[in-house]
Amino acid sequence: MSILESILTSPLGKKVTAKAGLAEPPVLRRGRVPAAGPVALASLPGGGIAADVLGHLGVETVEPLLDVADNRTPDEKGRPQPPRYTTRPGALVVDATGLREIPQLELIRQVLRPVMKGLEKSGRVIFLATEAEFVDGLEAKAVAQSIDGIMRTVGKELRGGATANLVLVGPDTRASDLASTLSFLLEGRSAFVSGQVWRVGPAKGDHDGSVSDRPFEGRIVVVTGAARGIGTSIAQTFHRDGAALVVVDVPAAGDALAKVANELRGSALQLDITAPDAGARIAAHVARVHGPDARIHAMVHNAGITRDKMLANLDEKLWASVLDVNLAAEMRINEVLLDHGQPGALASDGRIIGIASTSGWAGNKGQTNYAASKAGVMGLVWAMRDELADSQVTTNGVAPGFIETDMTAAIPYVQREVFRRTNSLSQGGSPVDVAETIAYLCDPASGGVDGQVIRVCGQNLIGR
Amino acid sequence: MPQSPGASLRNAVIVGGNRTPFVKSGGAYAAASNQDMLTAAIDGLVARFGLAGQKVDEVVAGAVLKHTRDFNLTRESVLGSALDPHTPAVDLQQACGTGLEAVIYAANKIRLGQATTAIAGGVDSASDAPIVVKEGLRRALLKASYARKPLDRVKAFTAVRPADLAPVPPAVVEPRTGLSMGESQAQTTAKWGITRQAQDELALASHRNLARAWDSGFFDDLVTPYLKVAKDKILRPETTIEALGKLRPVFGGQDGTMTAGNSTALTDGAAVVLLAEESYAREHHWPVLARVVDAQVAASDYVTGNEDLLLAGARAIPELLERNGLGLDDFTYIEIHEAFASTVLATLAALEQNGTGTVDRAKLNVHGSSLAAGHPFAATGGRIVATLAKMLAEKGAGSKGLISICAAGGMAVTAILEAV
Repeated sequence: MSILESILTSPLGKKVTAKAGLAEPPVLRRGRVPAAGPVALASLPGGGIAADVLGHLGVETVEPLLDVADNRTPDEKGRPQPPRYTTRPGALVVDATGLREIPQLELIRQVLRPVMKGLEKSGRVIFLATEAEFVDGLEAKAVAQSIDGIMRTVGKELRGGATANLVLVGPDTRASDLASTLSFLLEGRSAFVSGQVWRVGPAKGDHDGSVSDRPFEGRIVVVTGAARGIGTSIAQTFHRDGAALVVVDVPAAGDALAKVANELRGSALQLDITAPDAGARIAAHVARVHGPDARIHAMVHNAGITRDKMLANLDEKLWASVLDVNLAAEMRINEVLLDHGQPGALASDGRIIGIASTSGWAGNKGQTNYAASKAGVMGLVWAMRDELADSQVTTNGVAPGFIETDMTAAIPYVQREVFRRTNSLSQGGSPVDVAETIAYLCDPASGGVDGQVIRVCGQNLIGR
Repeated sequence: MPQSPGASLRNAVIVGGNRTPFVKSGGAYAAASNQDMLTAAIDGLVARFGLAGQKVDEVVAGAVLKHTRDFNLTRESVLGSALDPHTPAVDLQQACGTGLEAVIYAANKIRLGQATTAIAGGVDSASDAPIVVKEGLRRALLKASYARKPLDRVKAFTAVRPADLAPVPPAVVEPRTGLSMGESQAQTTAKWGITRQAQDELALASHRNLARAWDSGFFDDLVTPYLKVAKDKILRPETTIEALGKLRPVFGGQDGTMTAGNSTALTDGAAVVLLAEESYAREHHWPVLARVVDAQVAASDYVTGNEDLLLAGARAIPELLERNGLGLDDFTYIEIHEAFASTVLATLAALEQNGTGTVDRAKLNVHGSSLAAGHPFAATGGRIVATLAKMLAEKGAGSKGLISICAAGGMAVTAILEAV
């Protein structure tokens, strides 16, 4: 810790920073923890699916308060104030799937205004809408995009660790297809996911969409780069949720890897993922430890490296190593594991996860190679959605923003503090936030989430 | 053809192994105890096979340089590991033969049906070797501890002389001859006429072979890094015959031929192997690398000077081969522990002299041995067994390997493995 950091994080220093406008960031609700307050459901005209989903999840809802003239009360100066909830709601779910006309957007405003200062800490505003491509008419398409703009702004205006996200509901989507997504968004698991938009459609496979606290019971999950940091957290999260873990890392990290494996009652595979036979060796290890009939439920390609240099100083070696580890290795491994008949391969309804990055979204000085690899992961995720359209396998990605790890702890304090604060939650994320998002995407009930890249960045200002 | 005595018994097979990288004593593991290292080696094996929380029928291991506090070294290591605490353990000690003898012990129990799974191996730290006090101080301490009155306690120490306060440093010395292992071997080297050139060439081959095995990733599933060390530290991949030739003799006086380059260094490290009954291993989809076929120990009459301290292998091997109806040519690989380069060369010469046969040097220590890897005494057996078993499995069913490890006290432990 630098001297400056020691001073600024001391009790006196905290008072000073608070005066300077750098208040202590809110402590986020995390884990499989529902909101304390009630869930308000605004089922707007033409909607209804959100009510079905919440019913499916067994979540009881209350009517939202509406900011209309009749409901306002004057304050001491006689200015009309929006209605106030007697109990702070934990979440507001806005079902806007049926909105097609500009005047209808007013209905969203009416339900939002009372919650903007009325939500509990780490509250949630969750929008459901229909994607522009699936509505007819210019106005309807414009309205669909308006909802996107509303959500992003709400995310920035909310305080106290509250988040806003938008779920785009595809045609023929059933309530059961959306259950895992709403469960994730309502619980503490989505703590650091804010300002995001992703699609949910009809689920692949025949899972009934029921959610559970241990969805991976009896399922095998492989995590690369698991000896430390985010990878370890991913493994721990899957372990909590019932998975049998196979943790992979380079031979040089073998001792830390063995510790992770033993703590989680899993098994360790020392493997350089860039080896040409890496996929076959993963499958062979799974077959050896779990038997030839065993299949991988989820393959989490977490391993990644940085070799930062300004482009002016970047040689072909640093270029190639980053692209090979972060992107090409993943593709080679997938190709092998997608041969479902092979012992220890991916299950025919398996899950593949790639890790993108804010640098991939927005670019980052000194990281051309890294940005190339991480944007490549996003391209891969999107392409695999089409490639595997007829398969029950889903492919998704997460793009972490500023996450508090050993790696980011090495960034100088002031710079680190800036990175931390430049998002809607005014803080860095925790490795578990990335892990929770991955576990949600890998949930057997998440078969309707495919080809999506979700940013875990607290609505970082950088990138869209 | 003579029937192997174990024909009606169950098969004990090697399914895998794990060791720490080996490092020179006083180096990276200087602060690690035998228990620390053995626990790490077990944990690495447990992680590789996903055995955390599971019971293994028995763990057998040992150390040559042992503290009195380590009276239950292996059991304590098991309790510190991720294994089910219901896993029993035993300490076993046969000098440098410890690791291989532990494998034989485990294999025999499995073959007899007394165990189905076992972990066998050993550990040694010459960094954490027990420092012994001199006899005068020891007697005084003993007397004081039995004294009833405080004054008697003080009196007990009046007999202590300043010289008694100097600790006795650990040394690898044969109690009956007073000669260090190196000086004993220097006599053997001279007696058998082993040249400096031949020793240096063997040492060079050891380094080259081990380096090649590391480069090919052979040890990726046999070694788990420890204390930030990922690779054997004694290994010198770049060494040359010229560089080895420049080293000064350390044993056998000024005209000696034994140097630090062709003698093993004092080493810290641990190695274990996982054994199982063959059908159990197959049911659990474990790799069946090699079967433990048979074993033989022998000892030499070295105290009288009639025989050599480290050449008992040349007595054990013919007995082992005869019982199994095998000749040296029947083996794909032969592993002779390189205590010193000249030990290996003298053993080869003795095998020729006693009519056992000639070892094809191309089959010898193909992935290197103790000169390059180092020799943490009790860990060497586990290293060799895991390495050989994997080599045999890669070669294919029916390929056989012979192991010979010499040990202090004029002993040698030998065994046959066969890929199945």
